[in-house]
Amino acid sequence: MNLKELYQEIILDHGKNPRNIGKFDNYNKDAKGHNPLCGDNVHVYLRLNENKKVEDISFEGSGCAISMASASLMTDLVRGKEENEVKEIVTDFLDMIKKKDELNSNILKEDEKTKLMSLSGVKQYPMRVKCATLSWHTLTSALDNSNKITNTEN
Amino acid sequence: MNINEIKKEFPIFDDKIQNNDLVYLDSANSSQKPRVVVDRIYDFYTKEFSNVGRSVHYLAVAATNLYEITRTSVQKYINASDRNEIVFTKGATEAINLVANTFGQKYLSEGDEVLLTELEHHSNYVPWHFLRKAKNIKIEFAEINDKGEITLESIKRKITNRTKIISVTHLSNVTGAILPIKEIVKLAHSKNIPVLIDGCQGAPHLKLDMQDLGCDFYAISGHKMYGPTGIGVLYAKKKWLDDLPPYQGGGGMINEVKKEGITYGELPNKYEAGTMATAQVIAFNESIKFMEKIGIENIEKHENDLMSYGLEILKKNNSVNIVGNPRDKGGVISFTIEGIHPHDIATILDEDGVAIRAGHHCCQILHDKLNLSATARASFGIYNTKDDIDKLNQSINNCKKIFNLK
Repeated sequence: MNLKELYQEIILDHGKNPRNIGKFDNYNKDAKGHNPLCGDNVHVYLRLNENKKVEDISFEGSGCAISMASASLMTDLVRGKEENEVKEIVTDFLDMIKKKDELNSNILKEDEKTKLMSLSGVKQYPMRVKCATLSWHTLTSALDNSNKITNTEN
Repeated sequence: MNINEIKKEFPIFDDKIQNNDLVYLDSANSSQKPRVVVDRIYDFYTKEFSNVGRSVHYLAVAATNLYEITRTSVQKYINASDRNEIVFTKGATEAINLVANTFGQKYLSEGDEVLLTELEHHSNYVPWHFLRKAKNIKIEFAEINDKGEITLESIKRKITNRTKIISVTHLSNVTGAILPIKEIVKLAHSKNIPVLIDGCQGAPHLKLDMQDLGCDFYAISGHKMYGPTGIGVLYAKKKWLDDLPPYQGGGGMINEVKKEGITYGELPNKYEAGTMATAQVIAFNESIKFMEKIGIENIEKHENDLMSYGLEILKKNNSVNIVGNPRDKGGVISFTIEGIHPHDIATILDEDGVAIRAGHHCCQILHDKLNLSATARASFGIYNTKDDIDKLNQSINNCKKIFNLK
């Protein structure tokens, strides 16, 4: 693993031009996340329909390439998924980013997994793991209707 | 003065760090330690250890003497008029908390104002915020100008008849601005307002003379002065230490303890409750000797040379923006690169062995004012060379390459 591999095209692309950025009107769940170590903030908005499906999802925030790319990829990949599927993807991602070398869930397609695996190099940089996980923890809070601000230090 | 010889006194540079020669540009965060300091801790624990101030056996008396020798060294180093004006704390943070707590208890009530600046580190804001919560006092912030400086004027503008204490940094850990302390103290004293100086960045880089500065309190961090962690100093004029209540209660700070009441010890014991960081205090004497041997004027000159060189090199590097441009500036260069977040910069620099800090540097008020969520910061110590700055610049270029910037 070297830096070139961490800062590969997909992370730079999503980091510089994050997808799904900005609040949308008819969201029905949202949560804020904060990383006190670096001051990064993220706010995740989503709309869960009556079938518990994520109809739309977006985020607001600013941060490093890794945190922006992670939020961007996340919002892309969970749109259209059912709540329990989203939770499975989140758990799978968090396991991968901290310890595993692969994603095991079958909910994501192979090309989607490849995209997400671009973040796997972060585990070599322990201080940066939180940059990658902040938006994912915040998504969980939004789904759980937790009003508490997700804090990477808690 | 031969920097390469001085650098050899720091064991951290003996070995590679992650296969790189270490380029340590994070001294404003904490400085590296010379061998004499590390050895002193080892020797004390292996040959001389005992608790101080209590027992009468040989080791206890010897340890007490060593501990008190550091107090005298600090007194001389900062030219305090009395050795009892030196209080050891666990750091500058505790020193500031001590003053906020005890001064606040005795002299602050609802509606009173504490005047800080927008440059302050969280450690010189949060302790006062506690008083805002507990006593409903107000906190005012003197504003920076467009150079990232605090002028005497900006302080003057915020003083009211409710201002009860002014607490300001000596040297900003972000913009590097050196504040006009003597003038601020003179102005404050003309209105009977005491002044606390957060000397975290001042003490390692500037000549200190308490009697000349005239401030009431001065907080010092040991680990930024080539000393151990866990040790700081509060300098306070004796009249304040006599007047203010004790901070923490416990062994060592008492005179007499009865069921019906307690009397407190004399200075300096009054403010040193419990077993102190004995080994660190004793080793801190070596840090002071180390700095005295080189000479603070030489340290200041060396760091100023590095800073001028660093500014010259980085200003030539397009897409690097320097944060703040104070006329009077210490060895700190904070910067941003258009299109690369400071944390990405720090990670990429780290891969080349260049250690900098990225983030808000515990100065969120300042970063909010500057409308920046984070900055990257290179800060200098006596062991840095121009070569380190060249490596910083090369590594910044590497960053730009990875991020496809020109």
